[in-house]
Amino acid sequence: MNINERSLATLSNMNSQGSGGASNPSDEQTEPTSTFSFFALDYKKHEDLKQMLDSNKDNLKLEAMRRIIGMIAKGKDAADLFPAVVKNVVSKNMEVKKLVYVYLMRYAEEQQDLALLSIATFQRGLKDPNQLIRASALRVLSSIRVPTIVTIMMLAIRDAVSDMSPYVRKTAANAIAKLYALDPELKDELILIITKLLADKTILVNGSAVQAFEHVCPERIDLIHKNYRRLCNLLVDIDEWGQVTVLNMLTRYARSQFIDPNKTCEDEQKNFYEDETEKSAADEEQDEEIEKRTYIMDSDHRLLLRCTKPLLQSRNSAVVMAVAQLYYYVAPKSEIQIVAKSLIRLLRHHREIQTIVLKAIASMADKHKNIFEPYLKSFYVHSNDSGLVKRYKLEILTTLANASNISTILREFQTYVLSPDKEFGAQTIHAIGRCASTIPDVTEACLNGLVALMSKKDETIVAESVVVVKKLLQINPSQYSEIIKHIVRMVDKVTVPTARASILWLIGEYSDRISKLAPDVLRKMAKSFPDEETIVKHQILNLATKLYVVNAKQTHLLVQYVFNLAKYDTNYDTRDKARLLRALLFQADKCPALSKHAKKILLAPKPAPVLESIVRDHDQYTLGTLSFVIGQKAVGYKDLPEFPLEAPDPNVRNVEIIAPPTPQHDLFRKSNAGGGTATGGKKKSGTADDFYSDEEEDTSTEGPDDEEDEEDEEEEEDGDEEEEEEEEEGEDEEEENENEKPTTVEIKNNSNEYEQLDARPTNNVEQEDEDEDEDEEEEEEEEEESEEESDEEEDGSSDEEEPIPKQTSTVAKSASTIAVNDYTIPAQEKSLLDMDLEAFLGSASTTVQPAPAKPAMFDDLHGLDSLTTTSSTQAKEYDCLNRITGQGLQIQYRFPRTPFPQSPNMKSNLNIQGFGEIDVLPSGASKVVSIGIDFNDKTQPASFEILFDNNAQPTALTISSHVGELFEQRFLNEQEFNQHLARLRGMNEITGSINVDETQQSKFNFTTIQSKVLQCANLISVPSGSGDSSIFRFSGQTISSKSLLLLTIQLNPRQSTINLTINSDQIVLATMLLKELKQTFP
Amino acid sequence: MIHSLFIINGSGEIFMEKHWKTVVSKSICDYFFEAQKKCGNPEDVSPVIATPHHYLINICRSSLYFVAVLTNEGAPLFVIEFLHRIMDVFEEYFVTCTETTLKDNYVIVYELLDEMLDSGLPLATETSVLKELIKPPNLLRKVAHLVTGDSTNVSDALPSNQLSNIPWRRLGIKYTNNEAYFDLIEEIDAIIDRNGATVMGEIQGYIDCCVKLSGMPDLTLNFINPRLLDDISFHPCVRLKKWESDHVISFVPPDGNFRLISYHIGSQNSISIPIYVKSNIQYREGSSGRFELTVGPKQTMGKPLESVSIECAMPKSVLNCTLTPTQ
Repeated sequence: MNINERSLATLSNMNSQGSGGASNPSDEQTEPTSTFSFFALDYKKHEDLKQMLDSNKDNLKLEAMRRIIGMIAKGKDAADLFPAVVKNVVSKNMEVKKLVYVYLMRYAEEQQDLALLSIATFQRGLKDPNQLIRASALRVLSSIRVPTIVTIMMLAIRDAVSDMSPYVRKTAANAIAKLYALDPELKDELILIITKLLADKTILVNGSAVQAFEHVCPERIDLIHKNYRRLCNLLVDIDEWGQVTVLNMLTRYARSQFIDPNKTCEDEQKNFYEDETEKSAADEEQDEEIEKRTYIMDSDHRLLLRCTKPLLQSRNSAVVMAVAQLYYYVAPKSEIQIVAKSLIRLLRHHREIQTIVLKAIASMADKHKNIFEPYLKSFYVHSNDSGLVKRYKLEILTTLANASNISTILREFQTYVLSPDKEFGAQTIHAIGRCASTIPDVTEACLNGLVALMSKKDETIVAESVVVVKKLLQINPSQYSEIIKHIVRMVDKVTVPTARASILWLIGEYSDRISKLAPDVLRKMAKSFPDEETIVKHQILNLATKLYVVNAKQTHLLVQYVFNLAKYDTNYDTRDKARLLRALLFQADKCPALSKHAKKILLAPKPAPVLESIVRDHDQYTLGTLSFVIGQKAVGYKDLPEFPLEAPDPNVRNVEIIAPPTPQHDLFRKSNAGGGTATGGKKKSGTADDFYSDEEEDTSTEGPDDEEDEEDEEEEEDGDEEEEEEEEEGEDEEEENENEKPTTVEIKNNSNEYEQLDARPTNNVEQEDEDEDEDEEEEEEEEEESEEESDEEEDGSSDEEEPIPKQTSTVAKSASTIAVNDYTIPAQEKSLLDMDLEAFLGSASTTVQPAPAKPAMFDDLHGLDSLTTTSSTQAKEYDCLNRITGQGLQIQYRFPRTPFPQSPNMKSNLNIQGFGEIDVLPSGASKVVSIGIDFNDKTQPASFEILFDNNAQPTALTISSHVGELFEQRFLNEQEFNQHLARLRGMNEITGSINVDETQQSKFNFTTIQSKVLQCANLISVPSGSGDSSIFRFSGQTISSKSLLLLTIQLNPRQSTINLTINSDQIVLATMLLKELKQTFP
Repeated sequence: MIHSLFIINGSGEIFMEKHWKTVVSKSICDYFFEAQKKCGNPEDVSPVIATPHHYLINICRSSLYFVAVLTNEGAPLFVIEFLHRIMDVFEEYFVTCTETTLKDNYVIVYELLDEMLDSGLPLATETSVLKELIKPPNLLRKVAHLVTGDSTNVSDALPSNQLSNIPWRRLGIKYTNNEAYFDLIEEIDAIIDRNGATVMGEIQGYIDCCVKLSGMPDLTLNFINPRLLDDISFHPCVRLKKWESDHVISFVPPDGNFRLISYHIGSQNSISIPIYVKSNIQYREGSSGRFELTVGPKQTMGKPLESVSIECAMPKSVLNCTLTPTQ
C-alpha cells in the first residue's frame, strides 16, 4: 500500500511538474470557481489532492491545502480528506501547517478519533520556543472541540497562563471560554485560572481575561474587586474590542457595588443646612453620622466615570456605545449629558451603526429628554436615510418635541409628509398626532393640518390622517363637530379599511352631532356591507347599534337588515358580534337588565386613546444589547442588577492599589468614617480634608502601613507603565524638582459685589488691595494644611464634584447650573442660594474653568516664611485678564517668590503646571490659586487658556515673567561674593548709572535700597563687612540654570549718581534687569 | 461571540463561509433572504435579525453582504463594527473588496479571518500586525512565486508589534525619503428648504494621513483654534490624555495610510455652505413638468469651487427626463 502510494505520488509529481508547473499560479486563481463544478470529477480530484498531500514537496502540499481550503470556504464537504490532511500537521512549512490547522478546526469535531492523531503535535507545539507556534498550538487544541482531550486542554491552559509571552497568555484566556463551553463542570478550576489572568499586568491580556470572566463566571463579581481600579485606569490602553467587554463588565460591577447616584441626591438639599450647622459644632464624631445621610459618590464610582469618559472619543462605535450605556446606567443624571454629542457623531457612520445608535438614542431620549434637546436638528431626516433610520429619527423628534420647539418640528414634519416614501409619510402623520396630544398648545394647529392632509390624493396619507384625527377628536370632541362633519363626508372617498372603520366609529360615537347624516351613511354602508373588510363590518355593526339606540324610529329597518347580513357572514367574529349586539337591542324580553342599559353601555364615555410611539417598547432590556435591538430576550441575556440600597463595603477594592494615571485621582477619595480608604496615589495626607478639613488628622493617621504598601505598589506599577508605554504622559513627569517658580493667579470676580457667605473673606473691588494680603495668608494656611490640593476648591466640598477628569473643571455659575450638575456640595450651594436671595442679577460670570494644563499637582504659596527677609516688600500685582474682557472675571497674578516644591521635571522650555477647577466663585469674591510656570530663564510669556462660565470657549491668557522674577535668592557672604565677582568680570559685567538729585540721594539707605531692589528682582543682600555705607551688594541665581547674578550698587554722592553693576553669565537677563532697576530708582 | 460568517454577493449567492465554532448550516441565511425580500429596498434590511435559535447580524457594503451568526447575547454594534473592520482589512489587502477579489484570494481571506477571530473573539485586527503575519498579495511576490516556486505568505514569527503597546506600527520601518501627507476632508450635510434657506447643516471632517517615516516617529499636530473641534474621535494611536490637557494631537503614527481623526461639527453651530441651491417645480398639463435647479457659489473667500456634481433623485413615478444645462 505504502509503496503503491509512493509511486503514485511521484507520478503525480511528475505530472504537475511537467504540465502543472506553469499552470499552477493561474490554476490557483480559477480553481475555486471551476474545479469542483462537476461532481463526476470530484472523486478523482480528491484522489489527486490526496496524492499531492502525500508528496514530499512542500509546495505541492501547499497547493493541495489551498484547494481544500477553497472547498471549505465554499461550504463544500472535504471531510473524506481528513486522514490525508491530518498527517501534514507535522509539516515544517508554516503555511501548510496553518492551513492544516484551519482544516482541523473545521472537521475535527466530526472525526474525533482521527483528530486525536494530531494531539501529540500540538503538545509538542506548546513547548516550542516560538511564541507564535505555542499560541497557535493552544488555539487549535482548544478549538477542535474534541471532548476526550479536555484534560489535556486544561493542562495546556494552566501552563499557558504562566507563559512568558503575553500573546500566549491572551490565547489562553480565549481558550478558557472554549473549554468551558466543552465541559461546564470544569468551572471551578477555570475560575482559579481566570483569577490569575485578571491580575495579569499586561494590558494585552486584560481584555481577554475579562472576556473569559464574562463567559465563565459573570456572577463572581468578587473576583473583580481587587482588579477594579487597575482595570479602570488601564482602560484607555486596552485594545478596542477588549474595551467593550470591560466596559460592559464594569457597568454591571458598578450597578452591584455602588449606590444609586440619583436616588440620594434628592434628599441632599434639605440635609445640607443641617450639615452646616452641625458642622459648625465641628465634632468629629458627628461627621460619621452626617456623612451617612449625605450622598457622596464613592471615589471608585467617580474613578470609573472619569476613566471611561475619554473613550467617548474612540473611533469604534461599539466602545462609544458601551460608554454611553455605562453612563446611562451608572452616572448621575446630570452627567449623562456628555454622551449625547458622541452618540450623535456616530450617526455619520455606516447605515447599520446608525440604525442601532438611533434606536438607543430613542430609548435614552425617552427617559432623559433634556440631553438630546440641543441636538434636535441632528435628527432631521435626510432624503437618503434608510427606512429604519427615518423611523427612528421621527420617533426621536417626536419624543423631543415640547412647547418651545414644536413649531420647528412641525415645519419639518410638513416636509416629511410629502416625502415620496408613503410609509414614512404615514408614520409622520402618526407622529404629528402624538405631538398634538402631548402638547396642548398645538393640538388645534395639528388638527387643522391633518384635516388638510385628508384632502390629499394619496390614499395611505389620507387613511393615516383619518385614523389619527379620530384619535385626537376623542380627546376633545365637543370643539370639533365641524371636523367631524368634514370627515363623515369623506366616507365615500376613503377606501383604506382602517380609515373607513375609524370614520364609521366616529359617526356612531358622535351621531348626536350629525344626526341627519348618520342614518344616510348607514344606508350606504348597508349597501356595501358584504364587500367590506372585517374591521369595517364590525364598525358598521357598531354604527347600526348606536344609531338604533339613539334614533330607533328612522333606522329600525336598516339596522335589522345589517344584522341579517351579519348573521350569515363568513367571518365568525362578525357573526358573534352581531349575535351579541342583537341580544342587546332586540331581545328585551330575554335579558331585560341588559337592554335597559343598552344606551348606557353603548354610549358610555370612553377614555381617549393615548397615541403611543411605534417603536417604544424595548426599554426592559439593557441599552445596546442584542436583546434591546431585537426586542426579545436573547439567549444568555441578563438584566443589569439594580443598585443596592446600602453600598457594599468599599474596602474590598483596597487591597491592591495602583498608581492612578493622574495624581488627581485620590482627590476623589471618600473620606468616610469607615475608611482607611487611602486610595492610591502620590499623596499620603491631606486629601481627606477636601470635604471637611477637620477630618484631616483622622485620615492621615490611619493605617500608615497601608499607605506605605500602596506607595511601593504604585512605584512598581509606575515603572511598569513607563516601560510599556514609552509615552511621556503626565504621570511620569512627577519627579521632584525645585526648578519651578510658582505664580499665584488670583481670580476675582468683581462683576457684582455681593458679600459672599463662604468661608473665604470677601474682597470687594474697592478693598482689593488691602484685603489682598490677609486673604492670601489665610489661603496659605489652609493650603499648607492640605498640602497638595491647592488646586481644589477651598470650600472643600468638591471632591465628588469634579465632572471632568484631569484639570479642567466646572465652576457652577448660577443656581440653575448647580441644580443640574451638582448634588454634593453643601457649602457651595449655600453661597449660591444666597446669591439667589440677593436677586441674582444675571451678572456675568461666576464660573471659572481653569485652563487645561499639565495634570500634575503643585503646592500653593508654600511658605511665605521664606520671604520673611523681604516681608517688607509686597509682591507686585499684574493684570492678566481684566474685568471687561473677562466678562466680569478678573484675574491678577503675582510672583510669590517661593520655590515650587512639587514641580515636576519639566522637559520643554515653557512648562506650566495648572491648577484644578475652581468650583464656584461667588460674585465679588476672589480666590487665590497657584500656577507653576517654568520660564526656563527666559522672559518669553507663558500662554495658557482658562475656561470659565461653563462655556466651552477657553480664554487665552498670557503671563509674562518680569525679569526680576527669574531669579531666586542665593545667600553669599561678602567673601564669597567677591570671589564670584572676580570670576565674572569682563564680558559678564555690565554697568549703568542713574542720576539722582541731592534730596533723593539723602534718602537712600540700606532699607530703601533693599526694598527697591526687591521690588524688581528676587535677590538677597550680602551682609557688608567692610562698613562701607555707599556700596550695597545683592546676590541671586537664575532659577533654572542656577547661574549666579551679582548686583553691586554704589552711591556716588558727589556726582549725584548711583552706579549699578551686574555680573552674571546670563548677560541678556542682566541687561534687562539693569534696565528695570534703572526705572525703579529715580 | 461570532459563530459563523457568510459572505453573500449581490445576487444572493453564498460564496464564502467560515465557521469558528460548530458548523451552522448555510440554510440559516434563508432568514436573511426572507427579510431582504420583505423590504423592497436592500438598505432597509434590519441589521439584526432574530431567528429561532440564532441571531443574524448583517452589513452591506459595496454590494456584498456579510452575515454573522450569533448564538448568544452580545453587543450588536461590536459585531457590526467588527464586520466593517474585516471589510476594511480586505480593502487594505486587495485594494477593492468585491466578490472577484475575495474569490481570487480565498486562501488569504481565510487565513485573515482565522487570524482576526479566535473562536469568535477578536484577536488581531490591526492591519500592521496582520500584514506581518500574512503578507498581502502583490505583483513582486507573484513573480517570485513563479520563479522559485517557494510561496509561503505566512510569517513564522509573531510580529513584534502585536506585543507592544503600539500594535499599529511595526518596528524597523525605513524610508529613504521621509514624508508625511495630511489630507483635510470636510463634508457638509445640509438640508435646504425650497426657499433656499438652510434648515440644518452639519460638518463631518476627517484628517487622513499618509505617513512614510522611518523608525518610531512621535508626531504632534497643533491647531490654531482647537476649540472648534469639540466632538472628535481619534485613531487609537492618538494620546487622549494629551488632547484633553493641551489640545494637542500627539501620536506615533501607523505606517502608510490611515485616518487620524474624524470630527463632527453639529447642527447647533451655524454653518455657511459654499453653494446656494434654488429649485422650482412646475407641473404642466398632462403628465409632464419642469424642474429647475439653480446651483451657484456663494462668497467663498476667494476659493474656487471645483468638481461640483449634482445628483438628483427622482421619484419612481418619473419615467424619463431630459436634462438641459444652462449657465
